[in-house]
Amino acid sequence: MRVLENLPLAPSRRALIKGGMAGGFVLAFRLPLRAAPVNELEQPLDDTAGQFAPDAFIRIDHTGKTTLVMPQVEMGQGVYTAIPQILADELDADIAKVALEHAPPNDKVYGNPLFGIQATGNSNSIRAFWKPLRIAGATARAMLVRAAAEQWQVDPASCSASNGTVTHAASGRILAYGDLVEEAGRLPVPPPPPLKDPKDFVLIGKPVKRLDTPAKSNGSVVYGIDTMLPGMKFATLAASPVFGGKVKHVDDGAAKTVPGVRQVVVLDDVVAVIGDHMWAAKKGLDALVITWDEGPHAQVSSAEIWEDLRGASKKDGAVAKSVGDIAKGLSQGQKVDGEYELPFLAHAPMEPMNCTVRLMPGACEIWTGTQVMTRVQQTAAKAAGVPLDKVTVHNHLLGGGFGRRLEADMVDSAVRIAKHVDAPIKVVWTREEDIQHDIYRPVYRDVISATLSGGKIAAWKYRVTGSSIMARWFPAGFQNGIDIDAVDSAVDIPYDIPNLQVEYVRAEPPAVPTGFWRGVGPNNNVFAIECFMDELARKAGADPIAFRRGMLGSTPRLQAALDLVAEKSGWGGPLPPRTGRGVSVQPSFASFIATVVEAQVDHRGEVQLRKVTSVVDTGIAVNPDIIVAQLQGGLIFGLTAALFGEITIEKGRVRQSNFHDYRMLRIDEVPPIEVHVVKSGADPGGIGETGCTAGPPALRNAIYAATGVALRRLPIDRAALAVGHKV
Amino acid sequence: MAFTIKVNGNTHEVDVDSDTPLLWVLRDVLGMTGTKFGCGIAQCGACTVHIDGNPVRSCLLAVGLIGNRAVTTIEGIGATPAGVKVQNAWLDLEVIQCGYCQSGQIMSAAALLANNPHPDDSDIDATMAGNICRCGTYVRIREAIKRAAGEA
Repeated sequence: MRVLENLPLAPSRRALIKGGMAGGFVLAFRLPLRAAPVNELEQPLDDTAGQFAPDAFIRIDHTGKTTLVMPQVEMGQGVYTAIPQILADELDADIAKVALEHAPPNDKVYGNPLFGIQATGNSNSIRAFWKPLRIAGATARAMLVRAAAEQWQVDPASCSASNGTVTHAASGRILAYGDLVEEAGRLPVPPPPPLKDPKDFVLIGKPVKRLDTPAKSNGSVVYGIDTMLPGMKFATLAASPVFGGKVKHVDDGAAKTVPGVRQVVVLDDVVAVIGDHMWAAKKGLDALVITWDEGPHAQVSSAEIWEDLRGASKKDGAVAKSVGDIAKGLSQGQKVDGEYELPFLAHAPMEPMNCTVRLMPGACEIWTGTQVMTRVQQTAAKAAGVPLDKVTVHNHLLGGGFGRRLEADMVDSAVRIAKHVDAPIKVVWTREEDIQHDIYRPVYRDVISATLSGGKIAAWKYRVTGSSIMARWFPAGFQNGIDIDAVDSAVDIPYDIPNLQVEYVRAEPPAVPTGFWRGVGPNNNVFAIECFMDELARKAGADPIAFRRGMLGSTPRLQAALDLVAEKSGWGGPLPPRTGRGVSVQPSFASFIATVVEAQVDHRGEVQLRKVTSVVDTGIAVNPDIIVAQLQGGLIFGLTAALFGEITIEKGRVRQSNFHDYRMLRIDEVPPIEVHVVKSGADPGGIGETGCTAGPPALRNAIYAATGVALRRLPIDRAALAVGHKV
Repeated sequence: MAFTIKVNGNTHEVDVDSDTPLLWVLRDVLGMTGTKFGCGIAQCGACTVHIDGNPVRSCLLAVGLIGNRAVTTIEGIGATPAGVKVQNAWLDLEVIQCGYCQSGQIMSAAALLANNPHPDDSDIDATMAGNICRCGTYVRIREAIKRAAGEA
């Protein structure tokens, strides 16, 4: 077993450590190259007898079938194609013979090197696994080559591998990987061989067809929600409409007369109806008369939450980064202030929350789609009261994750319900339950003060106020009063500013649970920074792109992206009345992205998107077509939130309930989206969340250009944009 | 109550209440899980099937109202000329991301093309605006419908 210690830190984390966050956050870097002896507490790996299994990711059988085990989960972002591309390229495998398997829960073998646990998030799958997977592939290839060379009694260096075969060119001999399985399996694992020169990549950098989509085009794909087991019953549930409320009384008389209803399960905090199918369960649930003990949060409202947050944002925060002399810098030149606010958001993945459970004496089996395999296993073990090694988890392709499936609450309630039912059950949440019992993107308030001097920023003080998700989800990321996610792109600000301070104030909303949402901390940081940059540019009398460009000298990749987006978007060209272009730039997730949104605002304040142009330098583009797709989709995800997204709280309850009042962008509202991928030789950056971060500030700045109204909250306030609106 | 329904050319007898939506009959009674539950209120289109060739939201269609009409689902749409064109275009242009809404998208697009072989942008908007995609695949859906229509 080898331990890799030299994986690069993500830039944001590096900047933080450089910025003086002493002694806090230590990342666990480890990746075994040979399947470790399985920890007795974890789910055993599948049997690899008769296969060449040099490490945890690669298994080749005698037919040449190459099974690649996916340590990261597929939720649309394309890792089930990009990871095989990386592995198969260094392995010189025949991609046509590749089959994929979901990894079982096992932090030791499949843990994400950047998290230390088996989690898919923060757009870091490719960053975390880029090098380890290349080494894994190259090592296996070296063993197969050696096996062939020994058989031929030639120097391995005189042999070459390609497309699932080893060739000895001098003698014209050739052997398929399948024929070398036994020999290679007997060889010791060598030290990591040299990796390919990027010019020799066969699959990396190519728009290889996605491996997961054929089954998604004909109905044969199986998501967690599609699980069917013999004798299974169907369940749906209701938690207290008021956060934290408990069940006081349930009258199930009417529910039990609904045909197909089999059982009503009443827990402390949740009521479930079990039926022969979902319709029976849902009708039964609707027929229940539940009285709730609403608990201490029954009067919580959005107004109160905002008042608290605004109060908290006036306090001094923990200093996350300090450069130069901020007090002196702020005392000189033209001072400008800005405050920005972002709302609670639900995730609303298209596949509603669900979990299927089969309990047996002393054991538990789970079917679901999750971003956190081992947490699901731990949650199920605790809820079922069985040892960890008695919990089997079957993961699936995810019908959207967006951070919602970084939580295991849907597993906890499903197991607790299943304990009262004498059959396997599939628990499916209604969309209403999904929206009203999400774990929400927190409200944030950002306060920035800056000074301008000679057309440049002389000083910049940025205070982030909001919930610490890290403190709950990953305590190592909350140290010394600083949540590293909440300030991620604030400390990574790309502009050259001589005096700079970033602060964080932790402020937890009452009652409302908060969690990661696509784009995580950078969504908030980049929105505040890029909106404020436009206000500063206007104060300085400068064009927004020229203003930014002059301060990007030490981030040349971003400067180049900005130049290209100016050209591709037709920046500066003529536009109709009340129409504007807005720009945003970001170095977030180790990708350098510049985006221009063109939008028109009508006299009532309605906003029409006309065009989006994005330029992305993400380093080596493992699969350029997937990168374009992620930008297109991420931009729409972010623009949806900017235009419509807000969860509001009244009397301790979420007011929104389904897609009619929690609106999504639809095809008729989506403009052409042009994405340009820059050629680069740098290590790959993150992609899945970047578009989501890029869209909202560019849209807001387009509206600013179109109307002169400097919006400082999301979602877009149409009333403030209407002609004749009085501030 | 027992009902006889015809799905993708096969006849099934199901014993459920007459108000049971077709969606749950397909998924939970017949085990045909290609048709998806997204919202339950005909807002998202994930559950779209065809009834005699017309796109319908199966989450609100009571099984008792179907009668002899032919039900086509994502599992059967590849047997129709428009359906197979749409599926191929979807894969050629790599429309799909998480894929959960795509059964419904493909069913809506196949119905559009079957009834209007050369839709323009406003036809596409009018038909496809009923299908939500959270991954934001709309730009490629538009291109793929044109590809399937032989126009791009």
